Amino acid sequence: MASHTTDLEAGQEHAHPPGLAHQFEDLDQQLDATSFGMWLFLVNEIMFFGGLFAGYALYRSQMPAGFEAASNHLDIFLGGFNTVVLIGSSLTMALGVRSAQLGRNIWVRNWLIATLFLGLVFLGVKVIEYSAKYRDHLIPGANFQWPDPALAQGAQMFYVFYFAMTGMHALHMVVGAGLLLYFIRQAQQGRYHAHYFGPIENMGLYWHFVDIVWIFLFPLLYLLGLAFHGGGGH
Amino acid sequence: MSATLTSPPMAPQPPVEERKHYLNATHGLASWLLTLDHKRIGMLYLIGITIAFILGGFAASMVRMELMTPQGDLMSAENYNKAFTTHGVLMVFFVLIPAIPATLGNFLIPIMCGAKDVAFPRLNLMSWYLFVIGGLMTLTAVVVRGVDTGWTFYTPYSSTYSNGAVMTAALGIFINGFSSILTGVNFIVTIHKMRAPGLTWFKLPLFLWALYATSVIQVLGTPVVAITIVLIGLERTLQFGFFDPKLGGDPVLMQHMFWFYSHPAVYIMILPPLGVISELVAAFCRKRVFGYHFVAMSSVSIAIISFVVWGHHMFTSGQSVYAGLVFSVITFFVAVPSAIKVFNWMATMYKASISLETPMLYCFGFIGLFTIGGLTGLYLSSIGVDIHLHDTYFVVAHFHYIMVGGAIMGLMGGLHYWWPKMTGRLYNEFWSKISAGLIFAGFNFTFFPQFILGWVGMPRRYHAYPEELQVLNVFSTAGASILAIGYAMPIIYFIYSLGKGAPSPPNPWGAKGLEWDIPSPPPVENFDEPPVITEPYDYNPKAVGGH
Amino acid sequence: MNKNLPLVPEQASSIAPGVDALFYFITIVTVVMTAAIFLGCLILAIKYHRKREDEVPEPPKENLLVEVAWSIVPFFVVMIIFGWGAYVFFVSYNPPPHAMEMYVVGKQWMWKLQHPEGHREINELHVPIGRPVKLLMTTEDVLHSFFIPDFRVKKDVVPGMYTSVWFTPTKTGKFHLYCAEYCGNQHSGMIGWVHVMEPADYEAWLAGVNRGETMAQAGERLFSRYGCASCHKEDNSGRCPTLKDIIGTQVQLANGGRALVDEAYLRESILKPNAKIVAGYTTTEMPTFQGQLNEDQVLQLIAFIKAQTKQQTSTAAPTKGGKK
Repeated sequence: MASHTTDLEAGQEHAHPPGLAHQFEDLDQQLDATSFGMWLFLVNEIMFFGGLFAGYALYRSQMPAGFEAASNHLDIFLGGFNTVVLIGSSLTMALGVRSAQLGRNIWVRNWLIATLFLGLVFLGVKVIEYSAKYRDHLIPGANFQWPDPALAQGAQMFYVFYFAMTGMHALHMVVGAGLLLYFIRQAQQGRYHAHYFGPIENMGLYWHFVDIVWIFLFPLLYLLGLAFHGGGGH
Repeated sequence: MSATLTSPPMAPQPPVEERKHYLNATHGLASWLLTLDHKRIGMLYLIGITIAFILGGFAASMVRMELMTPQGDLMSAENYNKAFTTHGVLMVFFVLIPAIPATLGNFLIPIMCGAKDVAFPRLNLMSWYLFVIGGLMTLTAVVVRGVDTGWTFYTPYSSTYSNGAVMTAALGIFINGFSSILTGVNFIVTIHKMRAPGLTWFKLPLFLWALYATSVIQVLGTPVVAITIVLIGLERTLQFGFFDPKLGGDPVLMQHMFWFYSHPAVYIMILPPLGVISELVAAFCRKRVFGYHFVAMSSVSIAIISFVVWGHHMFTSGQSVYAGLVFSVITFFVAVPSAIKVFNWMATMYKASISLETPMLYCFGFIGLFTIGGLTGLYLSSIGVDIHLHDTYFVVAHFHYIMVGGAIMGLMGGLHYWWPKMTGRLYNEFWSKISAGLIFAGFNFTFFPQFILGWVGMPRRYHAYPEELQVLNVFSTAGASILAIGYAMPIIYFIYSLGKGAPSPPNPWGAKGLEWDIPSPPPVENFDEPPVITEPYDYNPKAVGGH
Repeated sequence: MNKNLPLVPEQASSIAPGVDALFYFITIVTVVMTAAIFLGCLILAIKYHRKREDEVPEPPKENLLVEVAWSIVPFFVVMIIFGWGAYVFFVSYNPPPHAMEMYVVGKQWMWKLQHPEGHREINELHVPIGRPVKLLMTTEDVLHSFFIPDFRVKKDVVPGMYTSVWFTPTKTGKFHLYCAEYCGNQHSGMIGWVHVMEPADYEAWLAGVNRGETMAQAGERLFSRYGCASCHKEDNSGRCPTLKDIIGTQVQLANGGRALVDEAYLRESILKPNAKIVAGYTTTEMPTFQGQLNEDQVLQLIAFIKAQTKQQTSTAAPTKGGKK
């Protein structure tokens, strides 16, 4: 627990503390319960993405050559750039949580704005990547084209997973961005202090989870060709 | 050895109309639609589930009426396929999955924990809205254009070939899934973090153990069917070929992903009723359940095992022989904790003091029908026999024995037990006993012939069938009409009791439990004084060796 | 058995009695347990019915021994059922050697059955009594399931792959054939009959029905029409491996693995040529025939290729009629 550094505690602890929901006895129980709830929600999210990872594993084992060729076509620079951006946004998010624990609402707002900015950069890069795929006829479906007919089916399946996984990830980031906007406003209103920072901490958990999903997606989608490079596998 | 049976002495309760409680504390539609009170949310769910049950039952009556004659002469094949799909989708997703957790669970969990409300009341209300929105969306799909994929929506039929409103129904089910997940999260956190001081895990009522295990399944399993629905949606709308063999996809993968959720889902449907029965046995035998710890742990072990048996739905689907054997042997494991519960309940009844009010009648009905349903599961777990019985009416009979003879009877027993607590009213015991008997008789007439139909080879989901099978089908339809009457009656007498029923005392059954120590209906924040925590089912506190 | 109230299916195949024996054993277990629980509840409800309103019974004492006992005993019983079921399953899964092979293609909403000598049937299958029959099956569209209740056989047909099932009929007569996996509008219309005949009657039927060309002959026509012969030469001098005598052999693959040359491998190689290329050959030679050949034609090609292998573990056709 953060140490007492704000002047809010003096009178607040014996009155009904602001931010305490009616069903909880005290702020400690509230923080404990809300964190636990967020962790449970993240377990559910792991199972959700897990289905996609399982499908990816199955088809990659069945169509390795097509997957490798398709992966080689992705822009590792853009993917790597996005990875750095997202990890950076997790850093700014963590700093935002720390500021909330210290009751420094201005800095909560600032760090969350930085996080939002980096998240939007990430999404912007994804727009660039998706448009390139559209131009190159790599969207699965009727318009998909792949030069080598031998690998076309595997390549299309790769892109099915590419779009499903990064698309689902991007959707989670959009939701995260919306939540950040809400918390930026709350911080602007000075809501957080040493005994009440749970919402920001839980926002942090969500954001870190979205980051971790990307850390799995990046090697599986972008670095696949490097894994096969030098191996057999036509 | 005559301990007192009524609740601890309380100030005389003023008549229902004057005392403030959760039903009359605030008025108006907005106070209900924007409520954060878990008790009101439970009642809102009860209304939704009853509507879904009536609509799903109507679809079933269409199916059974068509099956009175061997030819498909009552409706077109397409409409028949839509009727059985509607029945399955509504009953599975909008009745059986939410029923006990969202109605009885919502109402009772905080009270049984000695708490004011669940951990996340606003999330709780949102769960109800997700249920309603998902339900309206699915209803729109099935009513306006119809869905004909079966509730199991296997690919490639559902993703490529079906002309029904698959996307809308799938979206409705997806949204409803989040209702289930969030309810699960809410209950787990409540039971972990909101128990009154002194209320340790092994002092909790068995109903909470069952709901806890159920909630774990909801959180872990539901997202998998959610992603399956997303993938089918992408395949159907954007031709992303996850399951389409022409694009290299695998239709059997869809079955694996679907059943990975849907098998644990059937335990979401049966664990809560199993918990209700433990409560009823204790209350109407006036005795703590025999083997309390074993019954509690059996709920948890059923939840764990339920995640590794999904392949027993796929013995004929083309999965490997060895996978089939593994799934078969583990499926047999799950029979043991289920049997343990039944044996412990019967041991509770030995040298007990049994009274046969309506909830206890439902309890006995459950034990009998759940036993038959569970034992017929042995046929289906055994690969050698399942090859013959899979996708026949034997399976239909098996799961209706568990779901209707088991789960719905558990719901009815629970409703009849806790109705006075939830509404402050008593219903008519004569009519409730009559309807319990009609339900039991009608149920067996409807579904027992279906075991025989399956054994002689009648496949599922058939609009028309060979002539020699008509007698058994007519028998089944006749039973269904009795069953329908049996279910109509509680709707009538429960609603009647709201207006004209006698007011209920705080503890009409003389039962033990935190919910019986508070007035009927309870006050808004449940406990006016801090709850007194005792051993569970503390009917005989003075007895030597009681705990 | 009453014709209007059938209570048991017929036992018309060699595995049916074995399946039924296990079914009836489970039924005995079920009936005994159900009776015990029903009677137990009845006796308990009567004997321990509440006699006085203020009566309170003794609380229960947990008894570990009892809990263990009624866990272990059911566990052993269900393990017996599992073991027996696994045995029955193995018997029903493994076809005997030298089974007659026939081919099934399901589609919305009919069963197309093909004898290798060329007889084609829709929703009907004629077989002789007493001889094992192995069916190689697939579907053109959605999932279906090939179900003959009186033989106790059922197997799904899955798009994109082959599944198979076998039986030896032990009774003459006609037996229901159903589709047992919901497949859309006319799912309940996708039904027919299996006719089991005495050997002499079967021969007469074979001779009498206008059979057209055999499957292998049809496959041979396709083999030359689609240009397969120009690369897959018998003496292995072409750009692609020879197809002579390859059934049942193991081949080394270019990606390092090995594969068994069976019907599934042949189908995949025709429709997805670069999935499992034999070592030593390049990827770009063979075009895919996905979309050009339907499932029937693929089966005909496979029948032709099988005819190029002299010794096979399962014969493609009965030896009558001069076929290999």
